[in-house]
Amino acid sequence: MSPLQPLASVGRSFLGLMAVIGRVTLFAGATLGHLIRPPFYLREFLQAVLHIGYFSLPVVGLTTLFTGGALALQIYAGGARFNAESVVPSIVAIGMVRELGPVLAGLMVAGRVAASIAAELGTMKVTEQIDALVTLSTNPMKYLAVPRVLAATLVLPALVAAGDVIGVMGGFLVGVNRLDFNAAVYLNNTIDFLESWDVVSGLIKAAVFGFIVATMGCYHGMNSGRGARGVGRATTNAVVSASVLILATNYILTELFFSA
Amino acid sequence: MIELRDIHKAFGANKVLRGVNLTVPTGESMVIIGGSGTGKSVTIKCILGLVKPDSGTILLDGQDVAEAERDAFLARFGMLFQGGALFDSLTVWQNVAFRLLRGSLKRPRGEAREIAIEKLRRVGLKPEVADLYPAELSGGMQKRVGLARAIAAEPEIIFFDEPTTGLDPIMAGVINQLIREIVTEMGATAITITHDMASVRAIADKVAMLHDGVIRWSGPVEQMDDSGNPWLDQFIHGRAEGPIEAVR
Ligand SMILES: Nc1ncnc2c1ncn2[C@@H]1O[C@H](COP(=O)(O)OP(=O)(O)OP(=O)(O)O)[C@@H](O)[C@H]1O
Ligand SMILES: [Mg+2]
Repeated sequence: MSPLQPLASVGRSFLGLMAVIGRVTLFAGATLGHLIRPPFYLREFLQAVLHIGYFSLPVVGLTTLFTGGALALQIYAGGARFNAESVVPSIVAIGMVRELGPVLAGLMVAGRVAASIAAELGTMKVTEQIDALVTLSTNPMKYLAVPRVLAATLVLPALVAAGDVIGVMGGFLVGVNRLDFNAAVYLNNTIDFLESWDVVSGLIKAAVFGFIVATMGCYHGMNSGRGARGVGRATTNAVVSASVLILATNYILTELFFSA
Repeated sequence: MIELRDIHKAFGANKVLRGVNLTVPTGESMVIIGGSGTGKSVTIKCILGLVKPDSGTILLDGQDVAEAERDAFLARFGMLFQGGALFDSLTVWQNVAFRLLRGSLKRPRGEAREIAIEKLRRVGLKPEVADLYPAELSGGMQKRVGLARAIAAEPEIIFFDEPTTGLDPIMAGVINQLIREIVTEMGATAITITHDMASVRAIADKVAMLHDGVIRWSGPVEQMDDSGNPWLDQFIHGRAEGPIEAVR
Protein backbone atom coordinates (compact mmCIF):
# COMPACT_ATOMS: atom_id res chain seq x y z
CA MET A 1 0.00 0.00 0.00
CA SER A 2 1.40 3.33 -0.98
CA PRO A 3 1.66 5.83 1.88
CA LEU A 4 -0.35 8.27 -0.20
CA GLN A 5 -3.35 5.99 -0.50
CA PRO A 6 -5.36 7.30 2.48
CA LEU A 7 -4.77 10.80 1.17
CA ALA A 8 -5.97 9.79 -2.29
CA SER A 9 -9.11 8.26 -0.87
CA VAL A 10 -9.89 11.41 1.12
CA GLY A 11 -9.36 13.38 -2.08
CA ARG A 12 -11.64 11.06 -4.01
CA SER A 13 -14.45 11.37 -1.46
CA PHE A 14 -14.07 15.12 -1.49
CA LEU A 15 -14.19 15.25 -5.28
CA GLY A 16 -17.21 12.94 -5.19
CA LEU A 17 -18.99 15.25 -2.76
CA MET A 18 -18.19 18.26 -4.93
CA ALA A 19 -19.54 16.47 -7.99
CA VAL A 20 -22.80 15.70 -6.17
CA ILE A 21 -23.16 19.30 -5.04
CA GLY A 22 -22.58 20.40 -8.61
CA ARG A 23 -25.15 18.00 -10.03
CA VAL A 24 -27.77 18.95 -7.44
CA THR A 25 -27.18 22.62 -8.12
CA LEU A 26 -27.52 22.06 -11.87
CA PHE A 27 -30.69 20.08 -11.26
CA ALA A 28 -32.19 22.84 -9.12
CA GLY A 29 -31.17 25.42 -11.74
CA ALA A 30 -32.74 23.36 -14.52
CA THR A 31 -35.95 23.08 -12.51
CA LEU A 32 -36.08 26.85 -12.10
CA GLY A 33 -35.37 27.27 -15.80
CA HIS A 34 -38.27 25.03 -16.77
CA LEU A 35 -40.51 26.82 -14.28
CA ILE A 36 -40.67 29.90 -16.45
CA ARG A 37 -41.03 28.20 -19.84
CA PRO A 38 -44.19 26.49 -21.09
CA PRO A 39 -45.74 23.96 -21.24
CA PHE A 40 -47.15 23.91 -17.70
CA TYR A 41 -48.94 20.92 -16.27
CA LEU A 42 -51.72 22.34 -14.09
CA ARG A 43 -53.32 19.01 -13.21
CA GLU A 44 -50.04 17.62 -11.90
CA PHE A 45 -49.44 20.84 -9.96
CA LEU A 46 -52.84 20.70 -8.24
CA GLN A 47 -52.35 17.05 -7.37
CA ALA A 48 -48.98 17.90 -5.84
CA VAL A 49 -50.55 20.74 -3.82
CA LEU A 50 -53.09 18.33 -2.39
CA HIS A 51 -50.55 15.64 -1.70
CA ILE A 52 -47.83 17.84 -0.22
CA GLY A 53 -49.96 20.46 1.52
CA TYR A 54 -53.30 19.15 2.58
CA PHE A 55 -52.25 15.63 3.51
CA SER A 56 -49.29 16.93 5.54
CA LEU A 57 -51.50 19.11 7.72
CA PRO A 58 -52.28 16.48 10.40
CA VAL A 59 -48.61 15.56 10.82
CA VAL A 60 -47.45 19.16 11.01
CA GLY A 61 -50.36 20.15 13.28
CA LEU A 62 -49.70 17.40 15.80
CA THR A 63 -45.94 18.06 15.83
CA THR A 64 -46.28 21.78 16.47
CA LEU A 65 -49.10 21.29 19.00
CA PHE A 66 -47.02 19.08 21.27
CA THR A 67 -43.86 21.10 20.76
CA GLY A 68 -45.70 24.33 21.64
CA GLY A 69 -46.88 22.70 24.85
CA ALA A 70 -43.43 21.40 25.78
CA LEU A 71 -41.91 24.77 24.96
CA ALA A 72 -44.28 26.51 27.38
CA LEU A 73 -43.30 24.14 30.18
CA GLN A 74 -39.57 24.60 29.57
CA ILE A 75 -39.70 28.36 29.28
CA TYR A 76 -41.76 28.53 32.43
CA ALA A 77 -39.22 26.40 34.26
CA GLY A 78 -36.32 28.44 32.87
CA GLY A 79 -38.08 31.77 33.45
CA ALA A 80 -38.82 30.84 37.08
CA ARG A 81 -35.08 30.97 37.80
CA PHE A 82 -35.17 34.74 37.12
CA ASN A 83 -38.72 35.36 38.32
CA ALA A 84 -39.62 35.95 34.70
CA GLU A 85 -42.45 33.45 34.21
CA SER A 86 -44.48 36.13 32.43
CA VAL A 87 -42.27 35.83 29.31
CA VAL A 88 -43.81 32.45 28.49
CA PRO A 89 -46.43 33.66 25.97
CA SER A 90 -44.12 35.90 23.97
CA ILE A 91 -41.15 33.50 23.92
CA VAL A 92 -43.36 30.59 22.93
CA ALA A 93 -44.77 32.67 20.09
CA ILE A 94 -41.39 33.95 18.88
CA GLY A 95 -39.70 30.56 19.17
CA MET A 96 -42.53 28.90 17.33
CA VAL A 97 -42.96 31.40 14.56
CA ARG A 98 -39.31 32.13 13.87
CA GLU A 99 -37.69 28.73 14.34
CA LEU A 100 -39.66 25.74 15.42
CA GLY A 101 -42.64 26.14 13.10
CA PRO A 102 -40.64 26.21 9.87
CA VAL A 103 -37.99 23.72 10.99
CA LEU A 104 -40.43 21.16 12.39
CA ALA A 105 -42.76 21.43 9.42
CA GLY A 106 -39.79 21.23 7.06
CA LEU A 107 -38.42 18.11 8.74
CA MET A 108 -41.79 16.39 8.94
CA VAL A 109 -42.49 17.18 5.30
CA ALA A 110 -39.00 15.95 4.43
CA GLY A 111 -39.85 12.63 6.03
CA ARG A 112 -43.21 12.42 4.41
CA VAL A 113 -42.92 14.13 1.06
CA ALA A 114 -39.26 13.83 0.03
CA ALA A 115 -39.51 10.10 0.72
CA SER A 116 -42.67 9.60 -1.27
CA ILE A 117 -41.49 11.72 -4.20
CA ALA A 118 -38.17 9.87 -4.35
CA ALA A 119 -39.87 6.47 -4.12
CA GLU A 120 -42.45 7.37 -6.77
CA LEU A 121 -40.01 8.87 -9.27
CA GLY A 122 -37.42 6.19 -8.50
CA THR A 123 -39.93 3.47 -9.32
CA MET A 124 -40.87 5.33 -12.49
CA LYS A 125 -37.22 5.47 -13.46
CA VAL A 126 -36.63 1.79 -12.74
CA THR A 127 -39.72 0.64 -14.67
CA GLU A 128 -38.77 2.83 -17.66
CA GLN A 129 -41.76 5.14 -17.15
CA ILE A 130 -39.44 8.15 -17.33
CA ASP A 131 -38.04 6.89 -20.65
CA ALA A 132 -41.63 6.38 -21.79
CA LEU A 133 -42.42 10.01 -20.93
CA VAL A 134 -39.56 11.13 -23.14
CA THR A 135 -40.78 9.04 -26.08
CA LEU A 136 -44.23 10.60 -25.61
CA SER A 137 -42.66 14.03 -26.18
CA THR A 138 -42.99 15.03 -22.55
CA ASN A 139 -40.05 16.49 -20.67
CA PRO A 140 -39.76 14.63 -17.34
CA MET A 141 -38.36 17.74 -15.64
CA LYS A 142 -41.40 19.75 -16.62
CA TYR A 143 -43.95 17.01 -16.04
CA LEU A 144 -42.57 15.49 -12.84
CA ALA A 145 -40.14 17.88 -11.15
CA VAL A 146 -41.55 21.35 -11.78
CA PRO A 147 -45.10 20.72 -10.46
CA ARG A 148 -43.78 19.12 -7.29
CA VAL A 149 -41.10 21.72 -6.59
CA LEU A 150 -43.45 24.61 -7.27
CA ALA A 151 -46.22 23.09 -5.16
CA ALA A 152 -43.91 22.43 -2.22
CA THR A 153 -42.43 25.93 -2.37
CA LEU A 154 -45.84 27.59 -2.38
CA VAL A 155 -47.60 25.26 0.01
CA LEU A 156 -45.08 24.98 2.80
CA PRO A 157 -45.57 28.60 3.98
CA ALA A 158 -49.30 27.93 4.29
CA LEU A 159 -48.58 24.74 6.17
CA VAL A 160 -46.19 26.59 8.48
CA ALA A 161 -48.72 29.38 9.07
CA ALA A 162 -51.22 26.77 10.21
CA GLY A 163 -48.51 25.03 12.25
CA ASP A 164 -47.57 28.35 13.92
CA VAL A 165 -51.14 28.94 15.03
CA ILE A 166 -51.52 25.40 16.32
CA GLY A 167 -48.13 25.53 18.07
CA VAL A 168 -48.97 28.81 19.82
CA MET A 169 -52.27 27.24 20.79
CA GLY A 170 -50.38 24.28 22.27
CA GLY A 171 -48.44 26.75 24.42
CA PHE A 172 -51.67 28.54 25.30
CA LEU A 173 -53.42 25.34 26.39
CA VAL A 174 -50.53 24.34 28.63
CA GLY A 175 -50.09 27.89 29.89
CA VAL A 176 -53.72 28.26 30.89
CA ASN A 177 -54.41 24.74 32.15
CA ARG A 178 -51.11 23.74 33.75
CA LEU A 179 -49.32 27.00 34.54
CA ASP A 180 -52.33 29.04 35.70
CA PHE A 181 -52.01 31.87 33.20
CA ASN A 182 -55.07 34.00 32.63
CA ALA A 183 -56.36 33.21 29.14
CA ALA A 184 -56.89 36.81 28.09
CA VAL A 185 -53.51 37.93 29.44
CA TYR A 186 -51.76 35.03 27.67
CA LEU A 187 -53.33 35.94 24.34
CA ASN A 188 -52.61 39.64 24.75
CA ASN A 189 -48.98 38.94 25.55
CA THR A 190 -48.67 36.69 22.55
CA ILE A 191 -50.05 39.22 20.13
CA ASP A 192 -48.47 42.36 21.59
CA PHE A 193 -44.90 41.12 21.42
CA LEU A 194 -45.06 39.43 18.05
CA GLU A 195 -43.84 41.52 15.12
CA SER A 196 -44.82 40.92 11.56
CA TRP A 197 -41.18 40.24 10.56
CA ASP A 198 -41.11 37.36 13.05
CA VAL A 199 -43.91 35.73 11.11
CA VAL A 200 -42.76 36.69 7.63
CA SER A 201 -39.18 35.50 8.16
CA GLY A 202 -40.56 32.14 9.23
CA LEU A 203 -42.70 31.90 6.14
CA ILE A 204 -39.76 32.74 3.88
CA LYS A 205 -37.81 29.95 5.56
CA ALA A 206 -40.75 27.65 4.94
CA ALA A 207 -40.74 28.41 1.22
CA VAL A 208 -37.01 27.68 1.02
CA PHE A 209 -37.47 24.41 2.93
CA GLY A 210 -40.31 23.42 0.63
CA PHE A 211 -38.04 23.97 -2.36
CA ILE A 212 -35.31 21.88 -0.73
CA VAL A 213 -37.63 19.00 0.14
CA ALA A 214 -39.16 18.62 -3.32
CA THR A 215 -35.87 19.20 -5.14
CA MET A 216 -34.13 16.51 -3.09
CA GLY A 217 -37.03 14.11 -3.62
CA CYS A 218 -37.04 14.68 -7.37
CA TYR A 219 -33.25 14.64 -7.78
CA HIS A 220 -32.73 11.39 -5.92
CA GLY A 221 -35.80 9.78 -7.47
CA MET A 222 -34.90 10.65 -11.03
CA ASN A 223 -31.31 9.53 -10.52
CA SER A 224 -32.28 6.35 -8.72
CA GLY A 225 -30.15 3.24 -9.20
CA ARG A 226 -31.55 0.10 -10.76
CA GLY A 227 -33.95 -2.25 -8.99
CA ALA A 228 -35.75 -2.16 -5.65
CA ARG A 229 -32.49 -1.54 -3.84
CA GLY A 230 -31.78 1.51 -5.99
CA VAL A 231 -35.18 2.97 -5.13
CA GLY A 232 -34.62 2.26 -1.44
CA ARG A 233 -31.30 4.08 -1.48
CA ALA A 234 -32.80 6.99 -3.38
CA THR A 235 -35.52 7.33 -0.77
CA THR A 236 -33.09 7.28 2.14
CA ASN A 237 -30.76 9.75 0.46
CA ALA A 238 -33.64 12.10 -0.32
CA VAL A 239 -34.81 12.24 3.31
CA VAL A 240 -31.33 12.51 4.82
CA SER A 241 -30.09 15.16 2.40
CA ALA A 242 -33.31 17.18 2.66
CA SER A 243 -33.16 17.11 6.48
CA VAL A 244 -29.51 18.10 6.71
CA LEU A 245 -29.93 20.84 4.12
CA ILE A 246 -32.97 22.21 5.96
CA LEU A 247 -31.08 22.48 9.24
CA ALA A 248 -28.02 24.01 7.60
CA THR A 249 -30.07 26.47 5.56
CA ASN A 250 -32.08 27.36 8.64
CA TYR A 251 -28.93 28.43 10.42
CA ILE A 252 -27.78 30.50 7.43
CA LEU A 253 -31.16 32.19 7.05
CA THR A 254 -31.37 32.94 10.77
CA GLU A 255 -27.91 34.47 10.58
CA LEU A 256 -28.97 36.57 7.59
CA PHE A 257 -32.30 37.68 9.02
CA PHE A 258 -31.52 38.32 12.67
CA SER A 259 -27.81 38.75 13.34
CA ALA A 260 -27.58 42.42 12.37
CA MET B 1 -34.89 5.80 -43.54
CA ILE B 2 -33.03 4.93 -40.37
CA GLU B 3 -29.32 4.21 -40.58
CA LEU B 4 -27.05 3.05 -37.78
CA ARG B 5 -23.38 3.41 -38.56
CA ASP B 6 -20.78 1.66 -36.44
CA ILE B 7 -22.61 2.08 -33.12
CA HIS B 8 -20.63 1.23 -30.00
CA LYS B 9 -22.02 1.16 -26.50
CA ALA B 10 -20.53 -0.21 -23.30
CA PHE B 11 -21.86 -0.20 -19.74
CA GLY B 12 -18.70 -0.22 -17.68
CA ALA B 13 -16.72 -3.28 -18.75
CA ASN B 14 -19.74 -4.81 -20.48
CA LYS B 15 -19.27 -4.01 -24.19
CA VAL B 16 -22.81 -4.45 -25.45
CA LEU B 17 -22.71 -2.97 -28.96
CA ARG B 18 -19.43 -3.29 -30.87
CA GLY B 19 -20.07 -1.70 -34.22
CA VAL B 20 -23.70 -2.14 -35.20
CA ASN B 21 -24.55 -1.27 -38.80
CA LEU B 22 -28.19 -1.39 -39.80
CA THR B 23 -30.41 0.28 -42.39
CA VAL B 24 -34.18 0.37 -42.14
CA PRO B 25 -35.86 1.81 -45.25
CA THR B 26 -38.99 3.92 -44.85
CA GLY B 27 -42.24 1.96 -44.83
CA GLU B 28 -40.57 -1.36 -44.11
CA SER B 29 -40.88 -3.73 -41.21
CA MET B 30 -37.54 -4.73 -39.75
CA VAL B 31 -37.36 -7.45 -37.13
CA ILE B 32 -34.31 -7.73 -34.89
CA ILE B 33 -33.64 -11.13 -33.39
CA GLY B 34 -30.85 -12.31 -31.16
CA GLY B 35 -30.18 -14.00 -27.85
CA SER B 36 -31.28 -12.60 -24.54
CA GLY B 37 -28.97 -9.86 -23.31
CA THR B 38 -27.30 -9.21 -26.66
CA GLY B 39 -28.31 -5.54 -26.73
CA LYS B 40 -31.46 -5.44 -28.86
CA SER B 41 -33.30 -3.16 -26.47
CA VAL B 42 -30.20 -1.01 -26.08
CA THR B 43 -30.02 -0.63 -29.87
CA ILE B 44 -33.49 0.87 -30.21
CA LYS B 45 -32.97 3.01 -27.13
CA CYS B 46 -29.91 4.42 -28.86
CA ILE B 47 -31.99 5.43 -31.86
CA LEU B 48 -34.45 7.25 -29.60
CA GLY B 49 -31.66 8.94 -27.67
CA LEU B 50 -32.67 7.27 -24.39
CA VAL B 51 -29.21 5.71 -24.29
CA LYS B 52 -26.28 7.68 -25.66
CA PRO B 53 -23.97 5.62 -27.88
CA ASP B 54 -20.27 5.87 -27.08
CA SER B 55 -19.46 6.30 -30.75
CA GLY B 56 -21.02 5.98 -34.17
CA THR B 57 -23.77 7.92 -35.91
CA ILE B 58 -27.49 7.40 -36.29
CA LEU B 59 -29.19 9.05 -39.22
CA LEU B 60 -32.90 9.61 -39.71
CA ASP B 61 -33.67 10.56 -43.30
CA GLY B 62 -30.03 11.52 -43.67
CA GLN B 63 -29.96 13.80 -40.65
CA ASP B 64 -27.88 13.04 -37.58
CA VAL B 65 -30.34 12.35 -34.74
CA ALA B 66 -27.94 13.74 -32.14
CA GLU B 67 -28.36 17.17 -33.75
CA ALA B 68 -32.09 16.93 -34.44
CA GLU B 69 -34.58 19.17 -32.67
CA ARG B 70 -35.75 16.81 -29.89
CA ASP B 71 -39.48 17.58 -29.80
CA ALA B 72 -40.02 17.38 -33.55
CA PHE B 73 -37.87 14.25 -33.69
CA LEU B 74 -39.72 12.41 -30.92
CA ALA B 75 -43.12 13.41 -32.27
CA ARG B 76 -42.47 11.05 -35.20
CA PHE B 77 -41.93 8.00 -32.97
CA GLY B 78 -43.98 5.53 -31.02
CA MET B 79 -42.41 3.00 -28.69
CA LEU B 80 -43.63 -0.11 -26.92
CA PHE B 81 -41.30 -0.84 -24.01
CA GLN B 82 -40.36 -4.39 -23.17
CA GLY B 83 -41.84 -4.02 -19.68
CA GLY B 84 -44.82 -1.96 -20.82
CA ALA B 85 -43.71 1.13 -18.85
CA LEU B 86 -47.29 2.20 -18.24
CA PHE B 87 -47.82 5.19 -15.95
CA ASP B 88 -49.32 3.63 -12.86
CA SER B 89 -50.79 6.88 -11.57
CA LEU B 90 -53.01 7.20 -14.66
CA THR B 91 -55.91 5.05 -15.82
CA VAL B 92 -55.60 2.81 -18.86
CA TRP B 93 -57.29 5.22 -21.25
CA GLN B 94 -55.25 8.17 -19.98
CA ASN B 95 -52.13 6.12 -20.64
CA VAL B 96 -53.20 5.32 -24.17
CA ALA B 97 -54.29 8.90 -24.87
CA PHE B 98 -51.27 10.44 -23.11
CA ARG B 99 -50.04 12.24 -26.20
CA LEU B 100 -53.54 13.36 -27.15
CA LEU B 101 -54.14 15.01 -23.78
CA ARG B 102 -51.16 17.38 -23.83
CA GLY B 103 -48.64 19.05 -26.07
CA SER B 104 -48.97 19.77 -29.75
CA LEU B 105 -51.45 16.94 -30.45
CA LYS B 106 -53.81 17.99 -27.65
CA ARG B 107 -57.53 17.55 -28.28
CA PRO B 108 -60.71 17.58 -26.15
CA ARG B 109 -60.83 14.91 -23.42
CA GLY B 110 -63.94 13.22 -24.79
CA GLU B 111 -62.40 12.84 -28.21
CA ALA B 112 -59.08 11.62 -26.80
CA ARG B 113 -60.96 9.03 -24.74
CA GLU B 114 -62.83 7.76 -27.79
CA ILE B 115 -59.60 7.35 -29.73
CA ALA B 116 -58.08 5.52 -26.77
CA ILE B 117 -61.00 3.10 -26.59
CA GLU B 118 -60.77 2.47 -30.32
CA LYS B 119 -57.03 1.71 -30.02
CA LEU B 120 -57.72 -0.59 -27.07
CA ARG B 121 -60.22 -2.47 -29.22
CA ARG B 122 -57.57 -2.91 -31.90
CA VAL B 123 -55.26 -4.63 -29.44
CA GLY B 124 -58.11 -6.87 -28.29
CA LEU B 125 -59.11 -5.08 -25.09
CA LYS B 126 -62.71 -4.31 -24.11
CA PRO B 127 -63.84 -0.74 -23.36
CA GLU B 128 -64.38 -1.76 -19.71
CA VAL B 129 -60.64 -1.80 -19.07
CA ALA B 130 -60.38 1.89 -20.02
CA ASP B 131 -61.08 3.11 -16.49
CA LEU B 132 -58.93 0.56 -14.66
CA TYR B 133 -55.41 1.29 -13.48
CA PRO B 134 -52.47 -0.61 -15.01
CA ALA B 135 -51.83 -2.45 -11.74
CA GLU B 136 -55.29 -4.04 -12.06
CA LEU B 137 -54.41 -5.71 -15.37
CA SER B 138 -52.62 -8.97 -16.16
CA GLY B 139 -49.13 -8.86 -17.66
CA GLY B 140 -50.34 -9.59 -21.19
CA MET B 141 -53.06 -6.96 -20.90
CA GLN B 142 -50.51 -4.38 -19.77
CA LYS B 143 -48.37 -5.23 -22.78
CA ARG B 144 -51.30 -4.61 -25.10
CA VAL B 145 -52.12 -1.30 -23.39
CA GLY B 146 -48.50 -0.32 -24.01
CA LEU B 147 -48.97 -1.28 -27.64
CA ALA B 148 -52.15 0.81 -27.88
CA ARG B 149 -50.26 3.76 -26.39
CA ALA B 150 -47.43 3.36 -28.90
CA ILE B 151 -49.79 3.55 -31.87
CA ALA B 152 -52.33 6.03 -30.45
CA ALA B 153 -50.95 9.14 -32.12
CA GLU B 154 -50.33 7.24 -35.39
CA PRO B 155 -46.58 7.86 -35.52
CA GLU B 156 -44.53 7.36 -38.69
CA ILE B 157 -41.96 5.16 -37.00
CA ILE B 158 -42.83 2.59 -34.36
CA PHE B 159 -40.59 0.40 -32.22
CA PHE B 160 -42.03 -2.72 -30.63
CA ASP B 161 -39.87 -4.35 -27.99
CA GLU B 162 -41.13 -7.92 -27.68
CA PRO B 163 -44.80 -7.19 -28.45
CA THR B 164 -46.01 -10.78 -28.13
CA THR B 165 -44.01 -11.99 -25.13
CA GLY B 166 -46.42 -13.15 -22.44
CA LEU B 167 -49.43 -13.37 -24.75
CA ASP B 168 -51.44 -16.49 -25.57
CA PRO B 169 -51.00 -17.82 -29.15
CA ILE B 170 -54.28 -16.34 -30.38
CA MET B 171 -53.61 -12.91 -28.95
CA ALA B 172 -50.06 -13.10 -30.32
CA GLY B 173 -51.60 -13.74 -33.73
CA VAL B 174 -53.88 -10.72 -33.35
CA ILE B 175 -50.92 -8.50 -32.44
CA ASN B 176 -48.75 -9.80 -35.29
CA GLN B 177 -51.54 -9.01 -37.70
CA LEU B 178 -52.01 -5.57 -36.17
CA ILE B 179 -48.32 -4.71 -36.58
CA ARG B 180 -48.41 -5.92 -40.17
CA GLU B 181 -51.49 -3.75 -40.82
CA ILE B 182 -49.88 -0.70 -39.31
CA VAL B 183 -46.98 -1.05 -41.71
CA THR B 184 -48.99 -1.85 -44.82
CA GLU B 185 -52.02 0.41 -44.23
CA MET B 186 -50.53 3.37 -42.42
CA GLY B 187 -47.23 3.11 -44.25
CA ALA B 188 -45.32 3.23 -40.99
CA THR B 189 -41.73 2.15 -40.53
CA ALA B 190 -41.44 -0.48 -37.83
CA ILE B 191 -38.63 -2.07 -35.88
CA THR B 192 -39.76 -5.07 -33.86
CA ILE B 193 -37.70 -7.08 -31.41
CA THR B 194 -38.90 -10.60 -30.84
CA HIS B 195 -37.80 -14.12 -29.90
CA ASP B 196 -40.86 -15.70 -31.46
CA MET B 197 -40.07 -17.12 -34.91
CA ALA B 198 -43.78 -17.24 -35.82
CA SER B 199 -43.90 -13.48 -35.18
CA VAL B 200 -40.80 -12.95 -37.29
CA ARG B 201 -42.43 -14.63 -40.27
CA ALA B 202 -45.71 -12.79 -39.74
CA ILE B 203 -44.28 -9.32 -39.24
CA ALA B 204 -40.97 -8.99 -41.05
CA ASP B 205 -40.02 -7.60 -44.41
CA LYS B 206 -36.40 -7.81 -43.33
CA VAL B 207 -34.65 -9.57 -40.52
CA ALA B 208 -31.46 -8.66 -38.70
CA MET B 209 -29.69 -10.87 -36.25
CA LEU B 210 -27.66 -9.31 -33.46
CA HIS B 211 -24.97 -11.32 -31.75
CA ASP B 212 -21.77 -10.40 -29.91
CA GLY B 213 -22.50 -6.73 -30.43
CA VAL B 214 -22.68 -6.80 -34.22
CA ILE B 215 -25.31 -7.63 -36.83
CA ARG B 216 -24.36 -11.16 -37.91
CA TRP B 217 -26.88 -11.38 -40.72
CA SER B 218 -29.52 -9.20 -42.26
CA GLY B 219 -31.70 -9.68 -45.28
CA PRO B 220 -35.24 -10.27 -46.54
CA VAL B 221 -37.33 -12.67 -44.49
CA GLU B 222 -37.67 -15.04 -47.48
CA GLN B 223 -33.93 -15.67 -47.47
CA MET B 224 -33.81 -16.40 -43.77
CA ASP B 225 -34.17 -20.19 -44.09
CA ASP B 226 -31.39 -20.75 -46.61
CA SER B 227 -28.92 -18.10 -45.54
CA GLY B 228 -26.14 -20.57 -44.81
CA ASN B 229 -25.27 -18.34 -41.85
CA PRO B 230 -24.35 -20.56 -38.87
CA TRP B 231 -25.51 -18.04 -36.24
CA LEU B 232 -28.88 -17.51 -37.86
CA ASP B 233 -29.43 -21.21 -38.50
CA GLN B 234 -28.67 -22.09 -34.92
CA PHE B 235 -31.01 -19.40 -33.69
CA ILE B 236 -34.03 -20.14 -35.87
CA HIS B 237 -33.81 -23.86 -35.21
CA GLY B 238 -33.14 -23.40 -31.54
CA ARG B 239 -30.14 -25.73 -31.47
CA ALA B 240 -27.95 -25.98 -28.40
CA GLU B 241 -24.84 -26.62 -30.54
CA GLY B 242 -23.31 -24.00 -32.80
CA PRO B 243 -21.29 -20.80 -32.76
CA ILE B 244 -23.61 -19.20 -30.15
CA GLU B 245 -22.68 -20.35 -26.68
CA ALA B 246 -25.51 -21.40 -24.42
CA VAL B 247 -23.98 -19.67 -21.40
CA ARG B 248 -23.70 -15.93 -21.88
N1 LIG C 1 -28.97 1.02 -18.18
C1 LIG C 1 -28.11 0.00 -18.18
N2 LIG C 1 -27.06 -0.02 -17.34
C2 LIG C 1 -26.18 -1.04 -17.33
N3 LIG C 1 -26.26 -2.09 -18.15
C3 LIG C 1 -27.28 -2.14 -19.02
C4 LIG C 1 -28.27 -1.10 -19.07
N4 LIG C 1 -29.16 -1.42 -20.04
C5 LIG C 1 -28.76 -2.60 -20.54
N5 LIG C 1 -27.64 -3.04 -19.95
C6 LIG C 1 -26.90 -4.27 -20.27
O1 LIG C 1 -26.81 -4.36 -21.66
C7 LIG C 1 -26.99 -5.69 -22.09
C8 LIG C 1 -28.05 -5.77 -23.18
O2 LIG C 1 -29.30 -5.41 -22.64
P1 LIG C 1 -30.61 -5.39 -23.52
O3 LIG C 1 -31.71 -5.00 -22.61
O4 LIG C 1 -30.40 -4.57 -24.72
O5 LIG C 1 -30.76 -6.90 -23.93
P2 LIG C 1 -31.79 -7.52 -24.95
O6 LIG C 1 -31.04 -7.95 -26.16
O7 LIG C 1 -32.94 -6.59 -25.15
O8 LIG C 1 -32.23 -8.81 -24.15
P3 LIG C 1 -33.70 -9.43 -23.92
O9 LIG C 1 -34.01 -10.21 -25.14
O10 LIG C 1 -33.49 -10.33 -22.73
O11 LIG C 1 -34.62 -8.30 -23.67
C9 LIG C 1 -27.29 -6.52 -20.87
O12 LIG C 1 -26.11 -7.20 -20.50
C10 LIG C 1 -27.64 -5.51 -19.81
O13 LIG C 1 -27.18 -5.93 -18.56
MG1 LIG D 1 -34.79 -6.43 -24.47
